[in-house]
Amino acid sequence: MNDLTKLTLSEARDGLAEKDFSATELAQAHLDAIEAGNSNLNVYVLPTPDHTLAQAKVADQRIAKGEAGRLEGLPLGIKDLFCTRGVRTTACSKILDDFKPTYESSVTQNLWNAGAVMLGKLNNDEFAMGSSNESSTFGPAVNPWRRTGSDDKLVPGGSSGGSAAAVAADLCLAATATDTGGSIRQPAALTGTVGVKPTYGRCSRFGIVAFASSLDQAGPITKTVRDGALMLKVMAGHDPKDSTSVHADVPDYEAGLGAGVKGLRVGVPKEYRIEGISEEVAKLWERGVAWLKDAGASIHDISLPHTKYALPAYYIIAPAEASSNLARYDGVRYGLRVPGKNLIDTYEETRSAGFGDEVKRRVLIGTYVLSAGYYDAYYLKAQKVRRLIKCDFDAAWETVDVVLTPTTPAPAFAIGEKSGDPLQMYLEDIFTVTVNMAGLPGISVPAGLSSEGTPLGLQLIGKPFDEATLLRAGQAIEDAAGRFLVPKRWWV
Amino acid sequence: MHVDEVTVRRIAHLARIKITDEEAAGLESELSAILDWVEQLDEVDTATVEPMTRVVAISLKQREDVVNDGEKADEIVSNAPMSENDLFVVPKIVE
Repeated sequence: MNDLTKLTLSEARDGLAEKDFSATELAQAHLDAIEAGNSNLNVYVLPTPDHTLAQAKVADQRIAKGEAGRLEGLPLGIKDLFCTRGVRTTACSKILDDFKPTYESSVTQNLWNAGAVMLGKLNNDEFAMGSSNESSTFGPAVNPWRRTGSDDKLVPGGSSGGSAAAVAADLCLAATATDTGGSIRQPAALTGTVGVKPTYGRCSRFGIVAFASSLDQAGPITKTVRDGALMLKVMAGHDPKDSTSVHADVPDYEAGLGAGVKGLRVGVPKEYRIEGISEEVAKLWERGVAWLKDAGASIHDISLPHTKYALPAYYIIAPAEASSNLARYDGVRYGLRVPGKNLIDTYEETRSAGFGDEVKRRVLIGTYVLSAGYYDAYYLKAQKVRRLIKCDFDAAWETVDVVLTPTTPAPAFAIGEKSGDPLQMYLEDIFTVTVNMAGLPGISVPAGLSSEGTPLGLQLIGKPFDEATLLRAGQAIEDAAGRFLVPKRWWV
Repeated sequence: MHVDEVTVRRIAHLARIKITDEEAAGLESELSAILDWVEQLDEVDTATVEPMTRVVAISLKQREDVVNDGEKADEIVSNAPMSENDLFVVPKIVE
């Protein structure tokens, strides 16, 4: 039999429908790949093989009875930020210890309702705070891509580094991920995968470990744009358990992919031509413009004047919300407890031992900007700047339908290369963070290889709840650029 | 904005995180660098701008004020580091 792990999500779906193989065979092929490769890639922090095979067996029965759901029998990886009932969920933080949720996140429940199969829990930066997956308490996930002629281990990006690396290495057909400032799109770009960050409110946040609640969104990382369309359709939808999830129809994204981009108005924002953008990224961007133009889109120069301020404003708002959300880790109700002299001391000892350096840094920044005397100067100011960023986009939507930018300023870097300087790491999100600040949907599509032989991505930004147009434009880029597969499975 | 060591310790206590002397010294320079960097926001005139608290213009939904969950104290304490009779156990607070 051919290697089933090389299939895309939609190819595997079609193969199951044609009875070319069973859900159990498909699951087993992936479990074997995980068994063979995970020690080198460190993408799964908890493989769940018994669970996988039990779900696959049920899927085979449903397929036999003609009751297959949209994702019936398709094995997925789940970022360890999603609560999974009875299965350890840690956000890759020591502080959650051996936490076993007694409930299921709404997004993963949607996937199981559609017949999907869980392979295990995927590595990420601790509490999704990072751009390289190096802040995980389980150690860094490793990018399956290497620089030409080098054995250096590269980061897969973050925070959804395990998700992106697992998809690129064929250790799952697709994965769930979350994006607060770029955590779906940046790792997708660095691994040659497709990452979709939906409009804020499109997917339920219920049961996802909270980082910054006004910015967090769940989305898929997949091998192709079509797979992203298929996954998003199932993940999205209104949920009464999340008061910020929106009542809006979820279109059949996959059905709309073939419509092309003829007449689509594409905006190219001049503020993204920043210093520090590499020559090859600038060239890639021009090529993306040319591809969309050749496919029938019209290109428009636009201005998003407050772009430069999105990242500093983000680094006030996100830590502020994080310091509030992470107050719940008190060593009393769940997770780690380090006993102290009294209750306050127990809190302090527990949180000192349980949080890693980057999480502590952000909780402290958040506490500072929210503290008496500083609130107006920092937090309120950042919220005002946030409105200006959103207004920039509102104005742009009067003349264009989507915006095209690079996803990252540069390709994947080596493990350890940027970990000494927090600010340097924060700049990874410079092109992605505006999308979260404005609550918009964004997609990263692989578009080329760097001079180092590693992937680069282009980002498309869309109007609120117009993921359909975004995916259609993403398909046009994929059609022109082709897919980028890891040349060698060195990890086996 | 330079954050001195006294401030770092005050903030760490507010955040209920114990820090060592070594950590305090490192955080002093790291937090100062981050706060210096975010100060570029002062360049933006926001005198007439309303702060943005949510991205989608919806008012929070309301539901019927009825009990629709509960009676599962055992589940709720199942992940607690210490519990007794379905209650969380904490160090003694009052003598």
